[in-house]
Amino acid sequence: MSSIPSNLKFLESHEWARLESDGLVTVGVSDHAQSALGDLVFVETPEPGRRLSQGEAAAVVESVKAASDVYSPVSGEVVAANDALGAAPELVNSDPYGEGWLFKVKPDNPAELDGLLDAVAYGKALESEGH
Amino acid sequence: MIEPLIFTHSRPGRSAAAQRPQSAPTPAVPEKLRRKRRAALPEVSELQAVRHYTRLSQLNFSIDTHFYPLGSCTMKYNPRACNQFAMLPEFLGRHPLAPAEVSQGLLACMYELQEMLREATGMKGVSLTPMAGAQGEFAGVAMIRAYHRARGDHERTEIIVPDAAHGTNPATATMCGCTVVEIETLADGDIDIEGLKKALGPKTAGIMLTNPSTLGVFERRIQEVARLVHEVGGLLYYDGANLNAILGKVRPGDMGFDVIHMNLHKTFSTPHGGGGPGSGAVGVGQRLLPFMPIPVVGKEGDSYRWLDERDLPQTIGRLSAFMGNAGVLLRAYVYMRMLGREGMQRVAEYSTLNANYLQARLRKAGFDLAYPQRRASHEFIITLKRQAKELGVNAMDFAKRLLDYGFHAPTTYFPLLVPECLLIEPTETEAKEELDAFVEALIAIQREAEQDAAKVKGAPYTLPVRRLDDVRAAKQLDLVYQEGG
Amino acid sequence: MPFIPHTEADVREMLTTIGAADIEALFSEIPAALRTRALEGAPQALGEMEVGRLMQQRGARDGRPINFIGAGAYEHHIPAAVWAIVTRGEFYTAYTPYQAEASQGTLQLLYEYQTMMANLTGMQVSNASLYDGASALAEACLMSVRAHRKSRSARMLAPATLHPAYLAASRAITEGQNLKFDVTPYEQASGLTQLAALEAHRGQDITAVVIQQPNFFGLLEDVDAITDWAHANGALVIAVVNPLSLAILKPPGEWGEKGADIVVGEGQPLGAPLSSGGPYFGFMTTRQELVRQMPGRIIGRTVDLDGKPGFALTLQAREQHIRRSKATSNICTNQGLLVTAATIYMTLLGAEGLERVAAVSQARTTELVEALTRIAGVKLMFDGPRFHEAVLQLDRDPAGVLRALASRNIVGGYDLSRDYPELGHALLVCATEMRTREDIDAYAKALTEILAG
Repeated sequence: MSSIPSNLKFLESHEWARLESDGLVTVGVSDHAQSALGDLVFVETPEPGRRLSQGEAAAVVESVKAASDVYSPVSGEVVAANDALGAAPELVNSDPYGEGWLFKVKPDNPAELDGLLDAVAYGKALESEGH
Repeated sequence: MIEPLIFTHSRPGRSAAAQRPQSAPTPAVPEKLRRKRRAALPEVSELQAVRHYTRLSQLNFSIDTHFYPLGSCTMKYNPRACNQFAMLPEFLGRHPLAPAEVSQGLLACMYELQEMLREATGMKGVSLTPMAGAQGEFAGVAMIRAYHRARGDHERTEIIVPDAAHGTNPATATMCGCTVVEIETLADGDIDIEGLKKALGPKTAGIMLTNPSTLGVFERRIQEVARLVHEVGGLLYYDGANLNAILGKVRPGDMGFDVIHMNLHKTFSTPHGGGGPGSGAVGVGQRLLPFMPIPVVGKEGDSYRWLDERDLPQTIGRLSAFMGNAGVLLRAYVYMRMLGREGMQRVAEYSTLNANYLQARLRKAGFDLAYPQRRASHEFIITLKRQAKELGVNAMDFAKRLLDYGFHAPTTYFPLLVPECLLIEPTETEAKEELDAFVEALIAIQREAEQDAAKVKGAPYTLPVRRLDDVRAAKQLDLVYQEGG
Repeated sequence: MPFIPHTEADVREMLTTIGAADIEALFSEIPAALRTRALEGAPQALGEMEVGRLMQQRGARDGRPINFIGAGAYEHHIPAAVWAIVTRGEFYTAYTPYQAEASQGTLQLLYEYQTMMANLTGMQVSNASLYDGASALAEACLMSVRAHRKSRSARMLAPATLHPAYLAASRAITEGQNLKFDVTPYEQASGLTQLAALEAHRGQDITAVVIQQPNFFGLLEDVDAITDWAHANGALVIAVVNPLSLAILKPPGEWGEKGADIVVGEGQPLGAPLSSGGPYFGFMTTRQELVRQMPGRIIGRTVDLDGKPGFALTLQAREQHIRRSKATSNICTNQGLLVTAATIYMTLLGAEGLERVAAVSQARTTELVEALTRIAGVKLMFDGPRFHEAVLQLDRDPAGVLRALASRNIVGGYDLSRDYPELGHALLVCATEMRTREDIDAYAKALTEILAG
């Protein structure tokens, strides 16, 4: 059973979003995603300054088995990318919701988060996919 | 390393002196375009080179040395005659742009190959130019798109692909600017006709199918599929990866396919060469004749010539600088002449016999078949899901342990639909004893898995290296030798 | 039954195990309506002896004319050891190295190949080859679209002095991906690409500039100036090169201030026989930063469970991955046998050997040009520095001349008048280290007779 923190929002494509106290949204991939991918070997993060639309492919997580696009849960401007992942992509595997964060976005409209899945809904989506 | 890198044998000034021109004129190149520092290439003697590469060859498994039941790859015997005759000096020394007048012998072989492939597949035209299966697929989908556009129908941008399809199918569709619509496969191995009906519509350019499918079973309702697709105005593309199962028994043209690609390095036994060269000749029905990739060999009276864009103005174009892998085509030609019409039928008969025999023996030995109620085509799938769950030993572990038993492993983890699968294709050139030995090896590994799972999981033990760290290979990229590395 | 080992007893036993009455019963799932009758249109089987005789006859019909033609495929001496080793069953009949532990021979060889190609081209990484030079260029164009973060146009600038078949194949292969190819004209007097022609595109969004060196006419372009222009204009540089020429020419990694970004070309000159057009192989090398955008197979060195070094396919996730937002490729093979030959060839020749082959080929072409231009009706068209090909102007249609030469067992060159009608009666000739003084004299004598008549 994969871990699904209750304070996060999710996309069906296994991204998570966390609204921080400073108004930024941190984005990563879920425990289920990192487990399915296997050991990550490379992560490509968006450049700070880049503008994203909700649902746009923003990053790539690459394992030996697959290279998957990571979609942005919100529209806005990228303000930070997790530089630690360059040397240590395995942080996404070991701590997908903490040290394994991918990038931070200054959202145009925080209300976009309301349209995402909450933890319960994401859990149900995983179950129906047969996980 | 068993055999150190060639670079470590280098010594400054050492050379294979017999191989280089005796004179060393000063190159007439302007200073600013001249190479200043020599490239770091080996400096070794001729014997050192021969010994090094011969020793490397001895580290490989190959058809010549091992049973190689790789599903979907058709690892049959590569007759040496094909190599010898394709490499006759007159063919080997011919320049691709030599005039037709001094190429009639070669062109006769190419033309007859086109004709034999046409006959064997029931198509109306054949182009030999695609250099690999994936290029053949590209040509096929490109021709389908060209056909629709030529009729003014620009809406047809969807290609239907079963979920069991090989990854190159959807990749090819995307490469041609199409969108992929996936349909499901039913539990009995046939595609879901109801799902197909829902997916069909005015945007359907065509469907890509393999028959027998990647699951190793024959698509029993293929005539209905063909009718449904044609009715909405779409075309049928046949992925010829599994042609070995039906050669001489069923022809893709008769099944209703409008375009096919053949893998000459599979069905027609040209050598795999450690990853290539292949050849992905394409066959077309009447509708797609004008769009074939060029050049194609034409015959006028008694003489042959290359047909190009002047003869086929609607061609999708050329896919290579010259005319494809001529040497590979000559090998396929020799092979087909040695098989003849009776031999081609026997290919399907005996490859199917061997696969069904292996399937029956493995079922009796207690292995789980993916489609137990179906006949095997020339290949079949066993699933090791149960072993993975109960013993913690998965398909990868079985595959690696098979190497210790002296067999190359079957295809693993493809098709993706069947978990922990081994896709097994013996081909028609294997004797019964080889098949029996393979079954015994799998039985022995099963016993090992039950008694000492760790042993199987640690395989292989008897090869030049133990199991390799894939993750490290991708994370710490070491793709080029650096001095002192 | 050729290649099929089954005895009647084998078949009986196997059918009993399966539980089928006969082999036909195994095809019961196939609808009867689809079953074909015997392949009457196919010829009957021949034994090996008969096929051998047939192939000898076919070969004899074509004979062995002397080649004075290049145009993308070049006849060089291939040491006997090369194909003796390549045709060893362990290389010849091995498969793609998916089970790495059982394929260390092929994998180590490919790693050595990658190293040699990176070194030869002056770049940092190489893949394990693509189908041929023309399709490699198509892949490079698609790669430049993926790799170029800022350009949105997917526009390529290609010189008119690029091999015409390379441009045609690149267009055909990238047709579904909305790439655009603009052709830069060459300067008629010199046969070279001039900066003035590129200047027309200054300030435009160009994704990549293609530079062929030597160009299709055999001439040496000002690669530094074009490379710098491209980079200044925000474009990537794709170099298309003859690998043998790199023994004496500055490698693309050193072009201009920053070097080329992607290097491709036809590997045939390195150990692959002419073989009527193929199989050959395309090579691709690039900068370290772009390695993840490179198509095709890549071999990496790693370690095994015991910490011993070994080799494996790597970065495979990129091969089958479908990125919706960017152009992609479906390629999944490489030209294993040809790369094996090239690696052994480069090992036997070494850098100094390649240098000599290149220099001698260049010298022979100069001798050929001197011999032929002494004949009335033959002139050298472009007199700038060149590698081992030259364009000659004839006083009449080259097609007829070439036919006459062919009947004298000489393949005299490539008729340029179809691809470059503005050049008039133009012939592209080539002489490599394999052409002797006698060969050149024979050509000159034949041409003299033909033009006199």
